Amino acid sequence: MQMNREDLLKSYSTMRTIRDFEERVHEEFASGDIPGFVHLYAGEEASAVGVCSHLENRDVIASTHRGHGHCIAKGCDTREMMLELYGRGEGLCGGKGGSMHIADIEKGMLGANGIVGAGPPLICGAALTAKYKKTGGVAVAFFGDGGSNQGTTLESYNLAKVWNLPVIFVVEDNGYAEATSSSYAVAGDQLDRATGFGMPSARVDGHDYFAVREAAGEMIERARTGGGPSLLHVMLDRFFGHFEGDAMTYRAEGEVQNIRDNKDCLKIFRKRVTEAGLLTDEQLDKIDTDVMAHINACIDESKTASPPSLSTLTTDVYISY
Amino acid sequence: MAKKSYREAINEAIAQEMRRDENVLVWGEDNAGGAGGEGEQDAWGGVLGVTKGLLGEFGPERVLDTPISESAFIGAAVGAAATGLRPVAELMFADFMGVCFDQIYNQAAKFRYMFGGKAVTPLVIRTMYGAGFRAASQHSQTLYPMFTHIPGLKVIVPSSPYDAKGLMIQAIRDDDPCIFFENKVMYDDEEEVPDDSYTIPFGEANVIREGEDATIVAFGRMVGMARQAADALEKEGISCTVVDPRTTSPLDTDTILECVEDTGRLVVVDEGYPRCSMASDVSSIVAQHAFKALKGPIQMVTAPHAPVPFSPELEDEYVPNADKIVAAVRATLA
Repeated sequence: MQMNREDLLKSYSTMRTIRDFEERVHEEFASGDIPGFVHLYAGEEASAVGVCSHLENRDVIASTHRGHGHCIAKGCDTREMMLELYGRGEGLCGGKGGSMHIADIEKGMLGANGIVGAGPPLICGAALTAKYKKTGGVAVAFFGDGGSNQGTTLESYNLAKVWNLPVIFVVEDNGYAEATSSSYAVAGDQLDRATGFGMPSARVDGHDYFAVREAAGEMIERARTGGGPSLLHVMLDRFFGHFEGDAMTYRAEGEVQNIRDNKDCLKIFRKRVTEAGLLTDEQLDKIDTDVMAHINACIDESKTASPPSLSTLTTDVYISY
Repeated sequence: MAKKSYREAINEAIAQEMRRDENVLVWGEDNAGGAGGEGEQDAWGGVLGVTKGLLGEFGPERVLDTPISESAFIGAAVGAAATGLRPVAELMFADFMGVCFDQIYNQAAKFRYMFGGKAVTPLVIRTMYGAGFRAASQHSQTLYPMFTHIPGLKVIVPSSPYDAKGLMIQAIRDDDPCIFFENKVMYDDEEEVPDDSYTIPFGEANVIREGEDATIVAFGRMVGMARQAADALEKEGISCTVVDPRTTSPLDTDTILECVEDTGRLVVVDEGYPRCSMASDVSSIVAQHAFKALKGPIQMVTAPHAPVPFSPELEDEYVPNADKIVAAVRATLA
């Protein structure tokens, strides 16, 4: 599918927003202001944006503990997300969810998730809703190489195929389930797993936005037109550890620097579009400046924003009780 | 009004709600029973026939057989509920929650809270519980206390066909995730059940009889046992109040406390295990809030702290019965 200049700018801007959000959260977390567990998505932006640039509000995604990128790519408000990370009352979830539970159901974002492998069953349900109501919507489950080994995920492959659901399973393979390498923990090949369930599948270079977008586009189109589920195996790398504070001693010396130098999806995107004459460095530089200013403003506000009222401690447990 | 069984009452409730609201769908293992085979497509209607006939009226788009993959199809029910359907999913035996509990207690139960009040997850999970089928340790447990423990879930334990219908309709219309516990021994119990649709609100106990000497609080199948015990004691001149809370979450603590204030004595009867149970929960609430009204020690009549046995002789000894309740009432009066 041909992308016009506006689409390209938007995709770059979204990827840049994720990157700056994560890089700045990394810095601020180190200063001790952000409570709890934070898992950063920096380095993987081309996957979330490559897939979600096809999606609309009628489409639903489920994410993981490493969810900020998917949230931003699906349209969650970055200001409210940052407030949520700081546990503030005006956060996207009122300060009750935090990094691992950011959700915006109206935008089709069914939640980051603290449980590895929880998303695929949920997304089968969202897909059934779309199929039954004939909305033409699709549902996308993002999970990692770690999540690919959960029984919930494999059960969902089966159910999605048995019910012919409009699902795309996106395995974001960053090489590590926490600190354990996928070369150790994943038996067989992700694509063979899909074949075993009769699902079409493809493997793409997750540092290449255009490769992800093209492969995802085919699968989403197939799902929208009743062709059932597919699996996309995205090979990518994370810049940071499993969680913030992870010293990453399990990674090879120089591994992350090499990724930052040679496999940075934003640099690869920039090179591609400027060399093809589609966008100019000036246009992209302006996005860089604007996005960083926006993220910094989000952080400045979040640092001093009010915590949730203590009266909300037991609200929204139920709708009625 | 006709006599209907507990099974028929639940079936009728689901069918009436499916007629009323096209977003109500049913799925579970063999909920139709026969999908993909060459024989009858509605062969079972669930393993004990509760959803029999729904396929014929509502078709395979609304009555779905599932693979034996509880994590996937219970999780799908949660995801479907959060995106606009009102699924009634069957987790066949409550014991099977072990393979899909995450989707219930970490997902369905917590969406609304974690997402800052913006999620609506109108889900009903039907499940069978209870001993008496000689089905042994993995098909006989009474596990509603474990669900009651989790904030965000509503837990319904109907004790009669009439209540089962009204509570099921309420559960399907309710916007919170509901776990509906059906006692498998009671499916053939019959009583008068109205043909029309009606609801019974959650958190409103049914005071089945009023007495002066002791209050018996009982859940599910144990309500019938409590009535038998109260009848027997009546002949000795001991009169009992019998309270059926109907739902364990929300729990009608006001009614329980009022009854104990009146009688001064409490016996709690629950088929579940004794520790961290409905029996211990109700005992604790009464001890905290009505201590001064108590004239004797609280008595709990429960299963022992042991798995459900297979041998009929052992299983019959395992389950609470009217004799044990009578003995407990006498103990608190002593």
